[in-house]
Amino acid sequence: MIGPIMIGPSSSHTAGVVRIARAAIRVLGAVPDSVVITFYNSFARTYEGHGSDKAIIGGLLDLKTDDQRIKQSFEIAKEKGLEYTFKSIGNASVYHPNTIKLNLKNGSKEVEVIGESLGGGIINIAAVDGFKANFSANSFTLIIKAEDISGAIAFISAVITQEKTNIATMSVSRKGKYDIACHVIEMDSGIRKTTIEYLNSLTWIKELIYIPEIDK
Amino acid sequence: MSFLFESFKGWKAYCESNHLNLYESVLQYEVSQKGVTEEEIWLGLAKAFEVMKEAVDSGLSEDMTSKSGMINNGAKKVYNFPVAVLSKEFQKLISRALAAKEVNSCMGRVVAAPTAGASGILPGALYTLQEIHSLNDREILEGLLIGAGIALIIEQKASLAGAVGGCQAETGSAAAMASGAIVHCLGGSVDQVFNAVAITIQCMLGLVCDPVAGLVEIPCVVRNASAVAIANSSAQIALAGVNAVIPVDECIEAMGEIGSSMESRYKETAMGGLAATLTGQEISKRVLIQDIEILSDEDLPE
Repeated sequence: MIGPIMIGPSSSHTAGVVRIARAAIRVLGAVPDSVVITFYNSFARTYEGHGSDKAIIGGLLDLKTDDQRIKQSFEIAKEKGLEYTFKSIGNASVYHPNTIKLNLKNGSKEVEVIGESLGGGIINIAAVDGFKANFSANSFTLIIKAEDISGAIAFISAVITQEKTNIATMSVSRKGKYDIACHVIEMDSGIRKTTIEYLNSLTWIKELIYIPEIDK
Repeated sequence: MSFLFESFKGWKAYCESNHLNLYESVLQYEVSQKGVTEEEIWLGLAKAFEVMKEAVDSGLSEDMTSKSGMINNGAKKVYNFPVAVLSKEFQKLISRALAAKEVNSCMGRVVAAPTAGASGILPGALYTLQEIHSLNDREILEGLLIGAGIALIIEQKASLAGAVGGCQAETGSAAAMASGAIVHCLGGSVDQVFNAVAITIQCMLGLVCDPVAGLVEIPCVVRNASAVAIANSSAQIALAGVNAVIPVDECIEAMGEIGSSMESRYKETAMGGLAATLTGQEISKRVLIQDIEILSDEDLPE
């Protein structure tokens, strides 16, 4: 009720926006060298007035929600060589009113992250690379892209069980039958590096992204 | 303990039967909810108060011009004006609430208390209270805990969000938190703290959220100043033992009832009130992005 300590003017237009960017760079695994940012619906018209443009660049540079340098994020981006383009689209009614799409690039690696700012700094990462994701990035998140084979869900959750962490949410979506499936798992506590390495070494697991608490 | 902050009546009963001061029960609650030590709670509060004071000071010393231009160093003008309408203290009080809120509008660092839109009220009130009465930090932090308890109950019974309950839910709640904190810091009883909250809510009821161009600037900044004045007038009334007559829980319920019957154009949508005035519309056209892409049906995301 007293707090959070944050950069103004509004929790949904600054704090939430910074957090979407912080989650997205963790999906990419690095601070990007170029990015296309699309603000949708309500955000499309208001992002500049609320400073959401500076907030998203600040988050992409890994600044925290209470970092006073957010106001100067454009200058910092220039120094660090981060190239960015803004777009605004007003009528994507299938999206939440405050939606941002980020197309991030680092060298040859590219990811697409769609995030929603729900108010009070709370976010939902709705999609990653076209897969439904729906995670809050409040705790510890695992995103695993794997072959769509029988027993994959049971196997992954059994491995996580060994870590004595509790699975808070889990969702699985796939492009098609026996194609690639995307597992998104939110856990109450972190898992060890060796476990991540083990999962990553399995031939049927194509990609693993581990996102510990984004505000730390 | 989990039901403690459902009503003021319950809060008082809990404190009486456990021989606790109001702030001690909030401290206990925070420890149990966040799984941290008392020491960590005090440190967090001290950090919050420090950021509040910092916001006041930077609002009174640094350039505070918002991107839209609607906010343009108002707090400094008020602080430095040679004529004091009431007293130098009142002038400082008003300018400090303006200052912290201007920092918020200009992308500076603030403490959401309870929200970012109302982030000038507690800093203005507590900074000034500490100065006038030479209170130590510990006493102010106790006041912040009382404010947190008040906000917890308002959130349960009504709302703290402008989009749900209008401006009364944001600046009204912040003013209620501030007036309760002031009365506590000046040695008021539990009933006097509650009366201050009740009187503040009575004064703030019905206030709509109608921000020009949807930005947290006009009228949000000046409403932080008026709310801090009401917080102080209510504290003065309550401390003298004047009864609010309508009990505090019922005042909050009235706020909830008014909030839920308020039309959505008065709840942060920038469709009614000041936002819908001729000038409000003109400003909106000027500051909001106009070259928005509208996709054709086949290009829309699935």
